[in-house]
Amino acid sequence: MLKRIAVASALSVAISAPLQADDGSGTYAFDTKGQHQSINFKISHLGYSWLYGRFNDFDGEFTYDAENPSESSVTVTIDPASVDSAHAERDKHLRSEDFLYVDEYPEARFESTRIELDDDNPKEADIIGNLTLRGVTREVTLDAEMLGHGEDPWGGYRMGFEAETELTLSNFGIPMDLGKASRTVELFISVEGIRQ
Amino acid sequence: MPAGNTTERYGWVSAGLHWLIAIVVVGLFWLGWWMVDLSYYDDWYTLAPHIHRSVGILLIAAMILRLLWRWLSPPPPALASHSRFERAAAHMAHGLLYVLIFVAGITGYLISTADGSGIDVFDWFTVPSVTGEVKRMEDWAGSVHYWVTWAIIALAVVHALGAVKHHVVDRDETLRRMLGLRPR
Repeated sequence: MLKRIAVASALSVAISAPLQADDGSGTYAFDTKGQHQSINFKISHLGYSWLYGRFNDFDGEFTYDAENPSESSVTVTIDPASVDSAHAERDKHLRSEDFLYVDEYPEARFESTRIELDDDNPKEADIIGNLTLRGVTREVTLDAEMLGHGEDPWGGYRMGFEAETELTLSNFGIPMDLGKASRTVELFISVEGIRQ
Repeated sequence: MPAGNTTERYGWVSAGLHWLIAIVVVGLFWLGWWMVDLSYYDDWYTLAPHIHRSVGILLIAAMILRLLWRWLSPPPPALASHSRFERAAAHMAHGLLYVLIFVAGITGYLISTADGSGIDVFDWFTVPSVTGEVKRMEDWAGSVHYWVTWAIIALAVVHALGAVKHHVVDRDETLRRMLGLRPR
């Protein structure tokens, strides 16, 4: 009897060993060099169409705790001057005092404070943290999903997430009034981290 | 009034270009200063920059024409009554105004074409981008445009004060001959 349990458990260890050997826990740096990351945004234009743009330069890292995923964390720093909406005059305006005021506030930052896992879907979580934008720090919630993780073909280990949130421009002191259909902007953050 | 300049006075082409460009430069400065603070729903929000860009391109064309004409028909020399300091100062101010107006025009063009798009001059013709997309060019070109246009206005004030001084204090022909008036 005892022997049979020992054999069975040895067998189960053998079968699950490759998975247990690496559960993905660790600290990851964003793959900025390979550009496997993007922060896109969309905002309504007059209520008639979506205007999409992106922030080209940002960096960050996250830690992932497979045993206790809610103990994971993430920080992101964004260069707001890297805003890119494929229209030079508009980008210049977005960097000005009317919007991001990048001369005065050259860095935007997000630091997670806690993570609330989704009860129904183990791959989804609310990442709650402080976003500093245009000198204003506010708590925001990122609706995040882990897309996958594992070894890459070049000897590294990668993990990727996508997250969404919606910000109200005036909450961050952005004074420009674009009309009632354009009071908020939706952000889509897609990152791939390489384990350090 | 003859078309060309003589050794005594300005012809109507030079005088006309001078006053036209003076009005356009001041007008563009005012328009630019006013339009950047328009609210998004203002009727002029897209129209004012369109006029500013279009007139700016035409101003560069007028300045090129002015340089060509200056070469074809040199302006009259300074009045004999002007001191050496006055001649040197006026010469420097005139040269600098030419350079700054070109710099203002070119940097204005570089702001709008930094994404590789052309500039529509009214609904008449399009000036294409020569640089193609250059990331962040709109920022440095914008800063230069801002400060250079202020410098033009400051220098134009000094230039105008000089002309008024010659007219009122020295009571010479400096301003009169640019206005096409006969010697008094």
